Amino acid sequence: MATSHIYARRRLKNIIAMVLSVLATGVGLLFLAWILWETLSQGISALKPQLFTRITAYREEGGLANAMVGSLILNSLGILIATPIGVMAGTWLSEYSLRSRLGPVIRFLNDILLSAPSIVLGLFAYTIIVLPMKWATNGDITFSGFAGGIALALIALPVIVRTTDEMLRLVPSTLREAALSLGVPQWKLTVQILIRSARSGIVTGVLLALARISGETAPLLFTAFGNNFMTFNPLDKMPSLPQVIYEYTKDPSPDINTLAWAGAFVLTMFVLLLSLTARFAFSRSKVSND
Amino acid sequence: MHASVNPTVSPARQAEAARNARDARNDRVFGWVLKSCALLVLVALLGAAASTLWGGSDAFGTFGWGFLTSDAWDPGNDRYGALVPVMGTVITALIALIIAVPISFGIALFLTEIAPSWLRGPVSSAIELLAGIPSIIYGMWGLFIFAPFVAAHVKPWLMNNFSDTPPDGQISWLVQHVPWIAKFFSSEYPFFGAGVLTAGMVLAIMIIPFISSVMREVFQTVPTRLKESAYALGSSTWEVVWDIVLPYTRSAVIGGVFLGLGRALGETMAVAFVLGNTFKFTPSILETGSSIASTIANQFGEAEGLQKSALMALAFLLFVVTFIVLLIARLMLRQLGNKEGR
Repeated sequence: MATSHIYARRRLKNIIAMVLSVLATGVGLLFLAWILWETLSQGISALKPQLFTRITAYREEGGLANAMVGSLILNSLGILIATPIGVMAGTWLSEYSLRSRLGPVIRFLNDILLSAPSIVLGLFAYTIIVLPMKWATNGDITFSGFAGGIALALIALPVIVRTTDEMLRLVPSTLREAALSLGVPQWKLTVQILIRSARSGIVTGVLLALARISGETAPLLFTAFGNNFMTFNPLDKMPSLPQVIYEYTKDPSPDINTLAWAGAFVLTMFVLLLSLTARFAFSRSKVSND
Repeated sequence: MHASVNPTVSPARQAEAARNARDARNDRVFGWVLKSCALLVLVALLGAAASTLWGGSDAFGTFGWGFLTSDAWDPGNDRYGALVPVMGTVITALIALIIAVPISFGIALFLTEIAPSWLRGPVSSAIELLAGIPSIIYGMWGLFIFAPFVAAHVKPWLMNNFSDTPPDGQISWLVQHVPWIAKFFSSEYPFFGAGVLTAGMVLAIMIIPFISSVMREVFQTVPTRLKESAYALGSSTWEVVWDIVLPYTRSAVIGGVFLGLGRALGETMAVAFVLGNTFKFTPSILETGSSIASTIANQFGEAEGLQKSALMALAFLLFVVTFIVLLIARLMLRQLGNKEGR
């Protein structure tokens, strides 16, 4: 009798644990659904054509055209700066750092940079770009799209470094040995064989980095700053979608809040489509993104 | 390249030697270029620390160690202390961990042991989708949707049961017998949703996907042999997870938790709206407060002089704390990598 009592208690404990685990998953999915549903429903009802044609200077009567263009420019700048540097750094980690003690250290620090607070990286960009430009031009140029691009590049860099490193290490070493035994110099091997065969994985990394920086707000507040007019000049103050959403959410006017929801809808759709594309279009190569 | 012509060496040999020399030089140059790019990672981290320390030197110099212990944040009189934002940052992050760790564990348990295999892919993709949503969206949702929800349903219930100023007027049995508990649940505005607890809950939702995906990944590294042995001896699923899987993956699980903590400490936009941005020191989690990141985001644009320097000093503190937390996280996670023999 005693054994069946113990058995029943163990089974009860197991059932409770299983139920709690299913509940925890339910809670996670519930919040995902809740956030997405609010963004979709509030955002779609706020969508109108002038969102894409008018600038923020018109306030309630305006749209977000300049913010979208600004985001496009800032993200392009960030990716264009971070991609070559990140791919080269990742290549060094994977191909050249084997005999170097520096390799593991940089790989380790890159993982830390990956989750470092973006607002501090924004302050770094402020110190090295905004302040010197202000002194050099006697205050004509302060905040600029260029500084925003540098801040975003600092955030994209570790993502690209890590995926490049991981993808290159997946390339079978027989490929390296075959090429080297034919007398191919290492730089040619790296550029023409290794990077080419890891290309889809590296592109995935760049797309994930783009998805990551597209939603960044904090580092742009004091680098690109924002602008109510359309600008294509990277030395000018530049608006961006997340920064306008931030300002419009703080605004007391409900009409402006509605515009913020419309912006949130556009931004969320863009970021989610991008990360889904990165995950599934290139799912042959698995990428971790923690 | 124009070596003296040696009649015994054929021109083909000479060309080959020249090519080899050129390749060797190109290889060296290529290696240097790559290495200098890799060093930029180092420069980014050191630069972030150095630039905030340099920017904050004025505040550190003016207030000394008192900067860390003072609860003043008074731009009118130009007096600044880090205590309130630091406490706000730490407490919101701890609340987030208390909520997120059990839920993430449940999700990881569900995805590795309970769910049928056809369900695992879609559910884990859905949870990871949470990580892809920009933090500003969490902030908006928190301000417009979640804070009113907390004000309507969560906060009145908590105050009725745990505070000495309950909205329904009846002081609960618990508060009558354990009076100090009321300190942590008092609020001047029972129907105002923003506050430390709300911010912690929003942060919890944000870090769940990070912690649960680390836990899921490390649970999968447990050798099937070990688990099957336990099952063969008659263990239940829960006993396998609690007695086999968790001890085997302990350090990596702690690493995952610290990774989530690092995220929660540095998060800006999700808490900037729901924390309230007030600078009064209070132990109550239902009162408004401020965090380091939200203070910087709110004030840096208009700050001048000593205030700007104090904000930079705050950023330096944040960077040092998150660096240490992430360092521990990565060290813990690396131990698992070694165990696997990668």
